[in-house]
Amino acid sequence: MNANRQQTMTAARTIDIESMGRGPKLNMANETVCLQVKDFNLFYGQQQALHNINMSIAKNRVTAFIGPSGCGKSTLLRCFNRMNDLIDSVNIQGEMLLDGKELNAPSVNVADLRRQVGMVFQKPNPFPKSIYENVAYGLRLQGVNDRATLDKVVEKSLKGAALWDEVKDRLHESAMGMSGGQQQRLVIARAIAIEPEVLLLDEPASALDPLSTLKIEELIYELKHKYTIVIVTHNMQQAARVSDYTAFMYMGELIEFGATDELFTNPSKKQTEDYITGRYG
Amino acid sequence: MTNKSFSSWYKSGSPWVWLNAGAVSISLVMVVGLLLLIAVRGLSHFWPADVMALSYQEPGGEAITLIGEAIDTEEVSALRLKSTGVDLPEGQASAQRHLLKVGNRDYFGLDFRWVNGPWMGEISYPTDIVAIERREWGNFYGYLTQVKQQHEVVADGDNAWQELQTRLIRSNDLVAQAKKIEKKDIGEINHGLEQLRLEQRRLQLAGVPEGAIQYQEIEQERKQWDVRYSDLQQKLFDLNTALNRDQIMVRMSDGREVEIPLAKIVEVIKPNAMSVWDKLGFYGHAVWKFVSGEPREANTEGGIFPAIFGTVMMVMIMAVLVTPFGVIAAVYLKEYATQGPIIRLIRIAVNNLAGVPSIVYGVFGLGFFVYFIGGNIDDLFFSAKLPAPTFGTPGLMWASLTLAILTVPVVIVATEEGLSRIPRAIREGSLALGATKAETLWRTVLPMAAPAMMTGLILAVARAAGEVAPLMMVGVVKLAPALAVDTIAPYLHLDRQFMHLGFHIYDVGFQSPNVEAARPLVYATALLLVLIIIVLNLAAISIRNRLRENFKASES
Repeated sequence: MNANRQQTMTAARTIDIESMGRGPKLNMANETVCLQVKDFNLFYGQQQALHNINMSIAKNRVTAFIGPSGCGKSTLLRCFNRMNDLIDSVNIQGEMLLDGKELNAPSVNVADLRRQVGMVFQKPNPFPKSIYENVAYGLRLQGVNDRATLDKVVEKSLKGAALWDEVKDRLHESAMGMSGGQQQRLVIARAIAIEPEVLLLDEPASALDPLSTLKIEELIYELKHKYTIVIVTHNMQQAARVSDYTAFMYMGELIEFGATDELFTNPSKKQTEDYITGRYG
Repeated sequence: MTNKSFSSWYKSGSPWVWLNAGAVSISLVMVVGLLLLIAVRGLSHFWPADVMALSYQEPGGEAITLIGEAIDTEEVSALRLKSTGVDLPEGQASAQRHLLKVGNRDYFGLDFRWVNGPWMGEISYPTDIVAIERREWGNFYGYLTQVKQQHEVVADGDNAWQELQTRLIRSNDLVAQAKKIEKKDIGEINHGLEQLRLEQRRLQLAGVPEGAIQYQEIEQERKQWDVRYSDLQQKLFDLNTALNRDQIMVRMSDGREVEIPLAKIVEVIKPNAMSVWDKLGFYGHAVWKFVSGEPREANTEGGIFPAIFGTVMMVMIMAVLVTPFGVIAAVYLKEYATQGPIIRLIRIAVNNLAGVPSIVYGVFGLGFFVYFIGGNIDDLFFSAKLPAPTFGTPGLMWASLTLAILTVPVVIVATEEGLSRIPRAIREGSLALGATKAETLWRTVLPMAAPAMMTGLILAVARAAGEVAPLMMVGVVKLAPALAVDTIAPYLHLDRQFMHLGFHIYDVGFQSPNVEAARPLVYATALLLVLIIIVLNLAAISIRNRLRENFKASES
């Protein structure tokens, strides 16, 4: 493990909101926009779940969504890879652009979109197959069955998910025998095996113990060099530790969005301040 | 005080525990009792029981000797005995009556005879009594006196037994050879001739004029078959001549000496001279003959292999048909159809189908499969054979299909149940990797639902293997001339009629000319049917458990 990373992680572990400030100040104006949401509304039947959301998500950055339960952050996240299509009663209005292209357009192939925008869920959901087959699943879907290619990708993805050393001797054993933390990293390996552009993480550490959580956070830190990451979390310290930008949502509305350091140290809205200082939520 | 303790006892839940435990125990006792009854009755049939020689004197009659196996004993009241002309001494309320299997049906008229206890004299078990299993007329009991060749005595006295054993091996071998020729070789010739006849008929239907070259070719081929046939006939005749060489002389209980040709004998034993180990060996041999042999004498003797084969065959074909059909239907209902009143209605209809009396399916199978589908298949593909039907007659295929329809609701319900148990997270995980719905189903959901499908299949097999009523209409017969699988192409003959254990039980028990002799066979067949269902189920369960092992963690 390199010393530099060790240091960063130690710093991240002893989180102190006041003294946060790593590297140059981030500014949305300097970023390449990956995902853009414009005047976005979402309804479950008659009930409106998202109100007029406007935001941009920067490429190769970690964006965290925070907010109390039911505020719509997971719903918004699931719009990015159209997971909400599975729910019949959902209706949407507004624009949602991936690299400048409307992703809800009828011409968009949902399967292709989901290949570009990978997702990791709250609870680890490995398939009841071997570790190897779990990682190879996405490739096999694309018709890749060449053993050598698969071997290479599986190894690379597992290394990318910091799991290789733990499982390299039991690649063909069932994934169901792994611990929760390992399973979640396997799911991340499975997602990055098809090299998406964006990685959506829906409370990826909420079902895990602190040590596994830490490993996932380290992993997120590593992954952002290659992927644009959007993470939903309940844990504000986690958001502060891992993200570059943070969006605070409340009752289906985007209250505040900005660089994480900025938002945690100097929130511009009263609601945000109340939430991050624990006055409600 | 008692009242209070009663109410606290009631509240403690003990009465429920007792009630539940009681219900379970009663069910267990009934199941075990049932199995024990059929096992004991069925399995004891094959034991070579000692044969007694009994002196018996009816009042006013002469003392006679009876030879036979003791089958049953019952206590009969004086009144009932009186009505059959038996007077008991004053003051005796009842007497014992014994059922003897005396055999020799061709000479005595009946295999079984009731003897009244008070008139029985001395009972002995002479070691030189022989019990002969014959190919016709059931068992024979008596004393072996001579062995003859071409009606000339070759051995008598003590040598006769040894001589008989060696000659019996030879005759049984000859019988087996003759049977092979009859079944296999002549069967092939018949098949070949039938093909030629069909070819000729096809030519006629196609309007080929008389005297065309094709007819001459057929005629020539037919001649070749005829030559082969007469060869075989000669061989068969020679075999029969050889077979008729030996005879034995046996003395019956009434002193008459009769001749039995060896060709008519399956087996001869001296039950009274056998040790327990000998008997155990013979017992195993007899059970094996029963399981592997073919029935004789209107199914009351011999084995039941064709029925076992037919049952297993039909259940397997049914399973092959019902699984894909039920699974596809369930996948559509659960995964693709828009859930609404129509789907709800269909689901109710499917569930109710499971409750339709099975005979109704039999009627449906006969009307739809046999007459409509089968009839049309015959018109389209087997017109040369008409008016003799090929598929337009009850057969294995239609029986399996009918049972598949009968059991498809079970498979649908179980599969739907299994599909709804697959966690949403797994489906979403697959979709999030860019899988389409169909790919998700095929690669992840269906394999995970496989154990549930197997559960459905297990229930379907259990139901189908025990079903008899509909089969009587769509393919089961008392005696099938040939098995559904043989060496003649296409090897699997789905159009043939077949034997079935369930129907065999009914047939042997209630339609046989010799009810008393057949009764143990009913129990033995019933036991075998239960065993086969258990084996089929265990096989399916072990497959399911293996599948389940793979998905254990995800099902919790």
